[in-house]
Amino acid sequence: MSGLIISPELCRGCALCISACAAGALSVRDGKAVADPALCTLCGICAQSCIFGAITVQKSDSTEKAPDSSGVWVFCEQAAGRFLPVTYELIGKGRALAQNLAVPLTAVAAGYGLYGEAGSLSAAGADRVLLCDAAHLASRSEGPYADALYVLIEARRPDIFLFGATEFGRSLAPRLAARCRTGLTADCTALETDPESGLLYQTRPAFGGNLMATIVTRNARPQMVTVRPGVFATPAAASGAEAIIEVIKPPETPDFIRLIESQPLQKGFSIADADVIISVGRGIGSKKNLGLVYKLAELIGASVGVSRPLVDMGWCDYTHQIGQTGLSVSPKLLLACGISGAIQHLAGIGGAGTVVAINSDPDAQIFSVADYRLVGDCTEILSALIDAVSKNTEE
Amino acid sequence: MKIAVCIKQVPSTNKVRMDPVTNTIIRDAKDAVINPYDLFALELAITLRERYGAYVTAFSMGIPATENLLRDAVARGIDCAVLLTDRAFAGADTLATSYTLAKGIASEGKFDLILCGRMAIDGDTAQIGPELAEALGIPHVSGVTEIISLSDRKAVAVRVTDSASETLEAELPALFTVQKDINIPRMPSIAGIRKSLTAGFTLKNAADIGADPRRLGLDGSPTQVVRTFVPQADKVSETIAGTAAQKTARLLEIIGEAKK
Repeated sequence: MSGLIISPELCRGCALCISACAAGALSVRDGKAVADPALCTLCGICAQSCIFGAITVQKSDSTEKAPDSSGVWVFCEQAAGRFLPVTYELIGKGRALAQNLAVPLTAVAAGYGLYGEAGSLSAAGADRVLLCDAAHLASRSEGPYADALYVLIEARRPDIFLFGATEFGRSLAPRLAARCRTGLTADCTALETDPESGLLYQTRPAFGGNLMATIVTRNARPQMVTVRPGVFATPAAASGAEAIIEVIKPPETPDFIRLIESQPLQKGFSIADADVIISVGRGIGSKKNLGLVYKLAELIGASVGVSRPLVDMGWCDYTHQIGQTGLSVSPKLLLACGISGAIQHLAGIGGAGTVVAINSDPDAQIFSVADYRLVGDCTEILSALIDAVSKNTEE
Repeated sequence: MKIAVCIKQVPSTNKVRMDPVTNTIIRDAKDAVINPYDLFALELAITLRERYGAYVTAFSMGIPATENLLRDAVARGIDCAVLLTDRAFAGADTLATSYTLAKGIASEGKFDLILCGRMAIDGDTAQIGPELAEALGIPHVSGVTEIISLSDRKAVAVRVTDSASETLEAELPALFTVQKDINIPRMPSIAGIRKSLTAGFTLKNAADIGADPRRLGLDGSPTQVVRTFVPQADKVSETIAGTAAQKTARLLEIIGEAKK
């Protein structure tokens, strides 16, 4: 029987757990914390908030331990016959995980006519390549792809399966995870394996706030995760034997979604491609002040990125959003203006070379990841920079 | 034409902090609201109701107080609401939640279209939609921005990806997750509020929906949080200080370096 357990011996009735609970399920009675089972959602935040370790969320694991399995798999997403950069990033990370567990790394691709590209998967570090090659898989579609991958998973039982958290990946992976009745953790920022238990420790921002959570899928298999592009580095070419390439032709399964028309968007340059990015947060003060940022960006040849609150407030559109639910960027230089440094935003800038943080709050979290720290008003500093750069160009 | 909309109760603020002195978690407000993405799904459902005469049912899995959210949904214009509530549902991850929602929806008959918000702002996973579609055995489209047409057997919808705007045709029954800012959710009308005050709600527990207890709640969740922590960064930063001119000069140096 599982549930919330509060130890009366350890509980001091300090009520810290009560302020953490979003459901109002906790109260103090006779000097001890008690939970109302009708309100408690077993989210576990109270257990994390108790400084006396008096609260635990007890889970009785009724699932059976999965049988032995065949190593680390990476889903190699392709578009128009070319593999996406995130595919190589995950092969690089997958290789490290596989080596740690002493199991093979298999790159699993689905598409049509991909054989010519398979060599690049081997070069990135795959021990094996599984190509699902069929005309009906030429363009990405969740239904046929889930059908093809599920058959492979059932037959070969991978231990771990990594997916890029692209739009397609974030739609395909959960469908497949549900079919396998296994666990899936989205948007992981760190992955580690424990060779003894074979468990994959999956870390991501959590509780909607400035906390990180580490999650495991203890028994169900495969242990599935999605990882955003740009979180892991593109690997250098791997040394070692060429991968064993296997081509499979999955039978066609019905697709209930039909593409009628696709209109390419006038996208052009993405801020993720820029060498220098100025990222802006609420500290900029107003939508009007964003004009300073755009001006400076134009003068120094930088792109502009924003934190999520600015998009939510309608000051800027989503294509400029940097963070866990936006873009991951890895510019040579990132100027963070008026950014507090919430974890979801930091998740998008991990790849930045040099970070300059400008914020009027000396305790802002952004400073913990900054190479250069400037405590001050960002609009003043931006104006001063604009003046200086304009003057330099005049001279 | 029967449409189901799934809505989730989320905390009104994500401002969960760690108190630096006691190292404990502090949440600044306790109000619960409808997940913003679900509001757009709700508005879309009501619009389809007006256009095609569809019958719209809202579903939510939550604590008993979630009934308030469902009343809000009725006040905005849906036909009826079902609250799936049971202690056994608590602690569910996305797999157990989507299973519960699927059993709940199935217990209310056959629906032609299921609408969900693309993701919940507290979990941010965007997993429930596709997992629910899988549990119901129907196709899904993620990130829909517009529904162009709806008939008994098909729906034509638009979704915007990174590179393109796609028009898709889905065979019904199907599930769509909707993007945000695709419409302006209407406020409850006076008549709507009056209706919601006396509207009957269906409350269903695990037995009512015929759920397998091993697939519910904490025990039915393959994932488990083993640790939460505040990330420690060990960057040593150089402080830029001095007069305004000095600070500006140093910044220009750093920018110059990067542009080389």
